[in-house]
Amino acid sequence: MAGLTKTKPTPPRWLLAELTYACPLQCPYCSNPLDYSKYQDELNTDDWKRVLNQARKMGAVQLGFSGGEPLTRQDLPELVKHARDLGYYSNLITSGYGLTEEKIIALKEAGLDHIQVSIQASSQELNDHIAGTASFNHKKEVAHLVKKHGYPMVLCVVIHRENIHQMPEILAMAEELGADYLELANTQYYGWAHTNRDQLLPTKEQFEKSEAIAQAFKEQVAGKMKIYYVVPDFYEDRPKACMNGWGTTFLTIAPDGVALPCHSARELPGLGCPSVKDYSIEEIWNESKAFNFFRGTEWMKEPCRSCDEKDKDFGGCHCQAYLLTGDMHNTDPVCSKSPHHDVIQEAIDSAAASALAENEKPLIFRNSKNSKLLS
Amino acid sequence: MSINPDLPIQFSRTHRLQWEEAQQKNVILYPEGMVELNQSSAEILKLCDGSRTLAQIVSDLETTFNTSGLTNDITAFLEVALQNGWINQN
Repeated sequence: MAGLTKTKPTPPRWLLAELTYACPLQCPYCSNPLDYSKYQDELNTDDWKRVLNQARKMGAVQLGFSGGEPLTRQDLPELVKHARDLGYYSNLITSGYGLTEEKIIALKEAGLDHIQVSIQASSQELNDHIAGTASFNHKKEVAHLVKKHGYPMVLCVVIHRENIHQMPEILAMAEELGADYLELANTQYYGWAHTNRDQLLPTKEQFEKSEAIAQAFKEQVAGKMKIYYVVPDFYEDRPKACMNGWGTTFLTIAPDGVALPCHSARELPGLGCPSVKDYSIEEIWNESKAFNFFRGTEWMKEPCRSCDEKDKDFGGCHCQAYLLTGDMHNTDPVCSKSPHHDVIQEAIDSAAASALAENEKPLIFRNSKNSKLLS
Repeated sequence: MSINPDLPIQFSRTHRLQWEEAQQKNVILYPEGMVELNQSSAEILKLCDGSRTLAQIVSDLETTFNTSGLTNDITAFLEVALQNGWINQN
């Protein structure tokens, strides 16, 4: 049963500040909600400063400035400075679009610790197709500038069926750009990626081949480059320990001020996620219905309830349970113990059939026009 | 990869060592990650300021804590720190 827990929750450590839903790119796997165009109101600078103050006081230390494209916020340097003064370690999670050397220097002076640049593919043609915007050469330039100005550089590449064959070239590109960290993020099927799943989900053979290549590369560059590999959970037997447990570590604030236990939780029904305009971070974290909803194990149904692994994966991902089984209290269907596990194979088969179809449905790109159509 | 006894040791410029009031611990911060340190690890890393060699760090800590025989423990920890990229020597 969902409800309030009696023990005091662990404090947040990670704050994800989604500054805006505005983005010049149109990636069809975007994790923003499909109906993002409904949320036009953005928190102002003072609201964000208050959020940063309150979360830091509770113990949050890792801070991600994300979006959308956070560079579209004119007050980004001011927020970065405020975060630095409070002692956050701040990460800018950007497409690189609109980032100039001048801005890179200004952000460094303001106290930004690291810049994560996303690249969509290892070739200009595919990068620009997936991003929906001509951006490949500029992204590579930005990656060079990030290094030049002494930031640790994280290159992030989201992996899916359109680019998975480029794995060797993607790894070579990361090496050439001098990435300190390479995040190989197999697409997680929420938001826009869920809508485009038939066009994005690779086959098991494709996954295994690319994973083997990435694994060999990881050993080859040990000591020079760190690889973060986000697992493709559709091909796992056990679910991911989503968010390190609901309401234990991660706090996301959406552009309009709604506080979320994970950045996809906006899709879940009936949580009543609170806004930072109405409550303090402490009230939200400790007392709100939303943040207490899946804390602990009381909410669990079978097979999670009697499972000896429930403290390891916390039942997996509630958004995935909701999207694929219709009930967010269900075991994540990725788990082979789930009575709904066959929906995963159905999704894999459906994607494989789509790949072989003569006229494959086109990708639906993430933009305001499509957001309005899908809301 | 191991510690060169002749070169000074420096804490990585792409990591940050910081006291966390809420956790009552020193932590190392880096892109999307955090390592919590015990007190002795933090004391060792604070001396990795680019001026001291391994022997000087050992000697300074033995003096500060009025003890001896720390060489093996400190060397072992710094080897781990080097492998994790928390410190460097050039």
